[in-house]
Amino acid sequence: MMLRTETIIMRFGGLTAVNQASLGVREGSITGLIGPNGAGKTTLFAVIAGFLQPTGGRVLWQGRDITGLKPHQRAQMGIARTFQIVQPFQGLNVLENITVGSYLRHRQTDEAVAKARAVAERVGLGAELEQQASSLTVAGRKRLELARALATEPKLLLLDEVLAGLNPSEIRDIIPVIRAIRDDGVTIFMIEHVMQAVMNLCEEVYVLAQGQMIAEGTPASVCNDPAVIEAYLGKGAAARIASTGGAHA
Amino acid sequence: MRFSGYIPILVVTAALAVVPLVFSSNSLFNFMVMSLIITLAAQGWNILGGVAGQTSFGHALFFGVGCYTAAMLQFHFGVNAWLAFLLAVAAGAAAGFILGFLSFRAGLRGSYFALITLAFAELMRILANASDWTGGAAGLLLKLNPGFSNMQFESRASFLWLALAFVFIGLVISRAIAGSRFGAQLVAVRENEDAARALGVDVLSVKLKAISLSGAITAAAGVLYVQNFLYIDANIGFGVWISIEALLAPLVGGRGLVLGPLIGTFTLHGLGELTKSFAGRIPGIDLMVFAVVLIGVVAFASGGVLGLLRRFAPRLARRIAV
Repeated sequence: MMLRTETIIMRFGGLTAVNQASLGVREGSITGLIGPNGAGKTTLFAVIAGFLQPTGGRVLWQGRDITGLKPHQRAQMGIARTFQIVQPFQGLNVLENITVGSYLRHRQTDEAVAKARAVAERVGLGAELEQQASSLTVAGRKRLELARALATEPKLLLLDEVLAGLNPSEIRDIIPVIRAIRDDGVTIFMIEHVMQAVMNLCEEVYVLAQGQMIAEGTPASVCNDPAVIEAYLGKGAAARIASTGGAHA
Repeated sequence: MRFSGYIPILVVTAALAVVPLVFSSNSLFNFMVMSLIITLAAQGWNILGGVAGQTSFGHALFFGVGCYTAAMLQFHFGVNAWLAFLLAVAAGAAAGFILGFLSFRAGLRGSYFALITLAFAELMRILANASDWTGGAAGLLLKLNPGFSNMQFESRASFLWLALAFVFIGLVISRAIAGSRFGAQLVAVRENEDAARALGVDVLSVKLKAISLSGAITAAAGVLYVQNFLYIDANIGFGVWISIEALLAPLVGGRGLVLGPLIGTFTLHGLGELTKSFAGRIPGIDLMVFAVVLIGVVAFASGGVLGLLRRFAPRLARRIAV
């Protein structure tokens, strides 16, 4: 396993956002993390990326305990994240935004800019290099978020709902981009609500509900898991669906 | 591309350098020397407050550390002026590092950081006013002894060129940062700290570098002040006036931009002097002009003079790499 979390607990005062969550991401895979709103998915991502120090548990990166490392150290090791609520550098243009990412591995300005251009091309921002980040559309900002993370040349990419807020045709456009990134050797771990994308992309899916890991497996098996159906639709829902004979999942 | 970014700096510096060859008015020279000293202080501010976005309200701290280190080393120990200058710049950097370590490590940002810088500057002002070492309220008076080795010059023009040389170095440093990895990291920290962190930027270390460099440059301005007037007291060295000058100039000229501090200082002080010559001897009239200009900038031109240039003459602005 490239990345493991072992019994992560994250408490905020009296609220336990993540409770004993353990998972593993295989190198070269696209792994998904799904769950109802408020399940603690983004919190768990923040713990993995080092933005939050967990109350308990460990984060292991290629077998090494990285729980105490800062976000920038993890980025240097090859863990990049995007933000669910996009965080562009508002005052900068697209190219400058991405260049901040590529400077991580390229100290020379020429090299960093060249790398940033290549990444922009790859995620489909090649035509908007000079545009201010603040003037991009939602889809553009999502791509920028992806491009910036990619420019750090990560081994593992943590994608937090990069598809949220996009329309179906925009989603159709970006799914191949994500798959191509994986095919180039970047492992992907993604939080996603758009089930079409999860079914399409992910080889393995973890399901988090109320802070606890309630299921794991292939997308198809997870979707038919009674515990998962109940987490989304309420208690007894799985039994009702089974009795009406519907396969709505 | 590389070199062309430095051309506007060379042009501006050359234009200022020929002034003493064309004119011979001492009051003009005094105006320019004072403006150049303030420009240098503002260049220091601009790296931290403009590029890195950490607004300081207490750059008097660094200015005063520069003034007093240079003055005390010469006064008490007879240290050579140039050596005292180097030590004063180092002291400015150290002061920046200490202030940064205390405040940034504690996570202070925005107005909290601004207030802490103001508090430190005021603290130093009170200490400098009370201590015998710093000459107390009477201040320190350095011996007049013109000569290059003492960093004192009989001709006003020579001192003007010296101050201009420092401002030129400040411009080159600012320009080099603007096109570098460090510069991109500073801007990233200003725009969004969390995003910067996620992209592998060590935010604390970047801020510490910025405040140390900022402190060093502003301290150099303090040394120039002492070498020019040969006198320092607490209200000059650590007074609020220089904190305000250092932040007002970049705001008016163009916050975070290489030429911002220089253009801001000369705009403000040029307007101030003009008003004085029209309005006669009404005390504080230039400060009222500053206030009006600041309100105008905040309300209508948040990018300052260079921002206006960018908006109304984008091609020219691009050519001079604003």
